Amino acid sequence: MKIIVCVKQVPDTSGKVAVNPDGTLNRASMATITNPDDLNAVEAALTLKEQTGAEVIVISMGPPPAEGMLREVIARGADRAVLVSGREFGGSDTYATSQILAAAINKIGVEKDDIVMCGRQAIDGDTAQVGPQIAEKLGLPQVSYAAEIKKDGDTLTIKRMLEDGYMTIKVKTPCLITCIKELNAPRYMSVGGVFECYSKPYEIFDYNTLKDDPLIDPTTIGLKGSPTNIFKSFTPPQKGVGMMLEGADKATCEKLAGILAAKHLI
Amino acid sequence: MSTYNSAAIEEFNGGVWVFCEQRQGKMMPTSFELISEGRKLADELGSKLYGILLGHNIEGIAKELGGYGADGVYVCDHPLLANYTTDGYTKVICDVIETYKPEVMLIGATNIGRDLGPRCAARLHTGLCADCTHLDIDVPKYKEFLRSASTLTPEVIDAIKEDDRNLKMTRPAFGGHLMATIICPRFRPAMATVRPGVMKKAEFNQAKADACEIIKPEFSLTEADMQTEVVEVVKAAKKLVDLIGADVVVSVGRGISKDVQGGIKLAEELAEVLGGVVGGSRATIDSGWLSADHQVGQTGKTVHPKIYVALGISGAIQHKAGMQDSECIIAVNKNDTAPIFEIADYGICGDLFKVTPMLIEAIKAAKAAK
Repeated sequence: MKIIVCVKQVPDTSGKVAVNPDGTLNRASMATITNPDDLNAVEAALTLKEQTGAEVIVISMGPPPAEGMLREVIARGADRAVLVSGREFGGSDTYATSQILAAAINKIGVEKDDIVMCGRQAIDGDTAQVGPQIAEKLGLPQVSYAAEIKKDGDTLTIKRMLEDGYMTIKVKTPCLITCIKELNAPRYMSVGGVFECYSKPYEIFDYNTLKDDPLIDPTTIGLKGSPTNIFKSFTPPQKGVGMMLEGADKATCEKLAGILAAKHLI
Repeated sequence: MSTYNSAAIEEFNGGVWVFCEQRQGKMMPTSFELISEGRKLADELGSKLYGILLGHNIEGIAKELGGYGADGVYVCDHPLLANYTTDGYTKVICDVIETYKPEVMLIGATNIGRDLGPRCAARLHTGLCADCTHLDIDVPKYKEFLRSASTLTPEVIDAIKEDDRNLKMTRPAFGGHLMATIICPRFRPAMATVRPGVMKKAEFNQAKADACEIIKPEFSLTEADMQTEVVEVVKAAKKLVDLIGADVVVSVGRGISKDVQGGIKLAEELAEVLGGVVGGSRATIDSGWLSADHQVGQTGKTVHPKIYVALGISGAIQHKAGMQDSECIIAVNKNDTAPIFEIADYGICGDLFKVTPMLIEAIKAAKAAK
């Protein structure tokens, strides 16, 4: 049994975000992190590994420096890592990305007992699209927004969150699951894991590795093969600075209440 | 794999479609919002607007969509569609799209819409833009939007060519730091999931509802198509907070950490006095202080109430993205450099545990004096 976990290295948008004058993101000036939801997928895979002895393979598409992130995931307990990297893949939208990752997962091989796991969404794009699109390209059933996963033989019982409750879904392996933060609390790297992380298998899949897969068609990958294009990008205006009230006492609060009353807001 | 993309763009002349999500036979509010928005897009394109409704025994709720602007509704009724499944819904929607070839397809960005949309787009080999907050066809209208919603210079905006007829799908990216307008120029339908609560619902028109055409398209669906089984659907036991519909939202942030229960209680009291509900920043949800339905922000809900009160919220951009369009923003924070003050209409620099009780009393007094 194998569990293939898709992870993404993302700029840390919770901190200070630098924007270039032309409205693009200044990625070079920003710290990168492993996408938070993906760490929940990693944790779910490691939990299943403890229960079943499954092999955990972590996979990412990105530039060569993403190796550091993949080594960190190995240090958390994954068995090996694959980085999908190549100029031909650059500029891919979610559709093209899913084609490439699906081809890479095909290369690793999805067998009857196997599970593919993803985070629900990445904090840079916030699309939540790549997981379901990989599932479609691999012809696997999908369960998204997983908040609980139980495995019994080849059947998984998953609590799938909705805004107003949840569904309980049964699905057989092989399948793809996208994970949310309610699923678990990701473990840290272990000391032993850190020592070993550079001795575990690490491979790079480039265009030549994947080009024989029918999904890797130059007309459906990369910037040119992406169905969507950016028409315009821009920064939203900041709302004008309002009024700082003097002090923080009873008189201040009475003044504010007076303003709200005068504006008929209360 | 899919061969749907072999059709030329011109063949997709089946109008603007909206996936009308229902749960347990009840229409989701976002379906009415998207029909109202879809009406505008269909008018700009000079085409018709249709809803597509899947479920079992749901024909009775279809015509209401006409009251918000739908010319017709494709009703796909089948016992296997009673509960949402990725397999069943994707199969039926893609088959019906292949037959009728819409040019635009809108889906509410609910947990279900964001499961369904990408799967359909991948099967149809077309582009999908996630969680959109603004849609246009006509470029002059889009330019007007940019003039108020972007920092682009007038020269840059004026230089945009006016002949583009693609659906222009605008959405926040990088936690709201950037906005991107996406097009899907080579494939149809152009697909978008749209953030619930953002598009405005039109006035209901009974005559239009009565005139709404019901179409029952042919499709095939069998047990063999279903790879997942829905064992149960459970509604949350406690009543969820209605942030989107609230006139007043009082939100708390990390600033309540020294007394979480006390901070939430103060927010509840202030919300009660103002006739509103309690929300929270991502930190309060991640720390488990409030349940996820309270979250305001890019990864939570977008709200635009009459009054938004931020208690102990620093104002990370991802939070601002969910509340900066509120009519009146009041911020209380100990730190006078907190970014929340950059967008607050009224700021008080002070300890929320001291200020909030005084504010509650002051508002009570002001209301009593009216």
